[in-house]
Amino acid sequence: MTRKRRRIWILVLCAIGLGSATALTLTAFQDNLVFFRSPTDVLTTEIPPGRAFRLGGLVEEGSVQRQGEYEGRPAIRFRVTDGANAIPVVFTGVLPDLFREGQGVVTQGVMGQDGTFRAREVLARHDETYMPPEVADALKRAGHWNPAQGAAPPPAQWNTLEPGRADAPRRTGS
Amino acid sequence: MLQPEGKRPYTVDVETAPNMAKLPPAPSREAGGSLHRFANPGRFLRLTDNWLPWLSGAALLVLGIGAVWGLAVAPPDWQQGETVRIMFVHVPMAWLAMGGYMGLAILSVMSLIWRHPLADLTARELSPIGAAVTALCLLTGSLWGRPMWGTWWVWDARLTSVLVLFFLWLGHAALVRAFDDAERGARMGAILALVGVVNVPIVKFSVDWWNTLHQPASVTRINAPGMHVDILYPLLVCALGFTLAFAAIVLAATRAAVMERRVRALQMAAARRADAAEA
Repeated sequence: MTRKRRRIWILVLCAIGLGSATALTLTAFQDNLVFFRSPTDVLTTEIPPGRAFRLGGLVEEGSVQRQGEYEGRPAIRFRVTDGANAIPVVFTGVLPDLFREGQGVVTQGVMGQDGTFRAREVLARHDETYMPPEVADALKRAGHWNPAQGAAPPPAQWNTLEPGRADAPRRTGS
Repeated sequence: MLQPEGKRPYTVDVETAPNMAKLPPAPSREAGGSLHRFANPGRFLRLTDNWLPWLSGAALLVLGIGAVWGLAVAPPDWQQGETVRIMFVHVPMAWLAMGGYMGLAILSVMSLIWRHPLADLTARELSPIGAAVTALCLLTGSLWGRPMWGTWWVWDARLTSVLVLFFLWLGHAALVRAFDDAERGARMGAILALVGVVNVPIVKFSVDWWNTLHQPASVTRINAPGMHVDILYPLLVCALGFTLAFAAIVLAATRAAVMERRVRALQMAAARRADAAEA
């Protein structure tokens, strides 16, 4: 019995030690574990010029311009915002299908001297809401939601957990 | 010498061998302990012989319903279109990769504290299956990421921690097989599995603790699930079906391992008897 008890205590002590070591390590590396920086991060911290990093946020409504060239290639210009600040971005590659105004994006590139971010790559980032097209249309028609302005309304408004009432916003809207 | 030259190897039919449940226990096993009541391999084989057909049948039935519901009945997503159906495989695989790993951790605790031989065997059979499930999670995620995000792979916290989970599964599968002494291998594997448990909360909460390309959890968020019920219900059915199938495969593999051990024990006993008769 005592041997068994001892083995239990050794395991518990090891678990506490390992858990706190991991927590401390992760806290220490906090800054290196972020995948992208928000526009506010970029404007408030010093980043060495020419250093590549990832800028993430929402594509600002009404900021997408598909005219113009950059370094001799057709370019797309838009602004990435986190609500508080926005940074202009120029990109000459192929955009992912989900790219639109109001959508989350993560862009990788370098900051130019003029304050425009030169992106080498643009990835789309979608949120954790999933809904059928009819529900999304109903929400838009009812004026509950404009996808160009950001995330969908709280699920409690449209997700009643009862399939029969799934089109509730449509009835209230019309 | 177990097999003298010129003699045929001893063969034993597992199912018809007499006194199946009364075989002497393996020499290394400790005696006593209430938990060892469930460690009797004979009882395990008898019980699971009844369960396995029901478990497999239920898994096939639920997976069939889930496949039709998910692929044909469920609506597409308003922005992701039909690619959202990858979720019906990807998310159950991710849940099984993490839940199965917690199962491996529980087996490892039983192995280290109570020296439970059946836990050792189950852990040994569990890890290749867990590795396969995690690989499927990574593959389907990659196939989904390419059309939606625009990339097959990024080194964000969620994707990287799941890759670490995959290597932990593979490492456990390799480590328990790397020792001549099976019990020593099982103990090393149990220690590795328990050290790796720190990775499970990192996988789960990586999307909340750090910003990642991967979106946060939809189903287990604090307010209502961020997923419409027409998509949520088939997902839950698929998750149940894959979980039943996972359990059935692990159970079948463990049964095979127990029988394999029994064959070896019977062969050894037969060889010892033959040697004694010759002497």
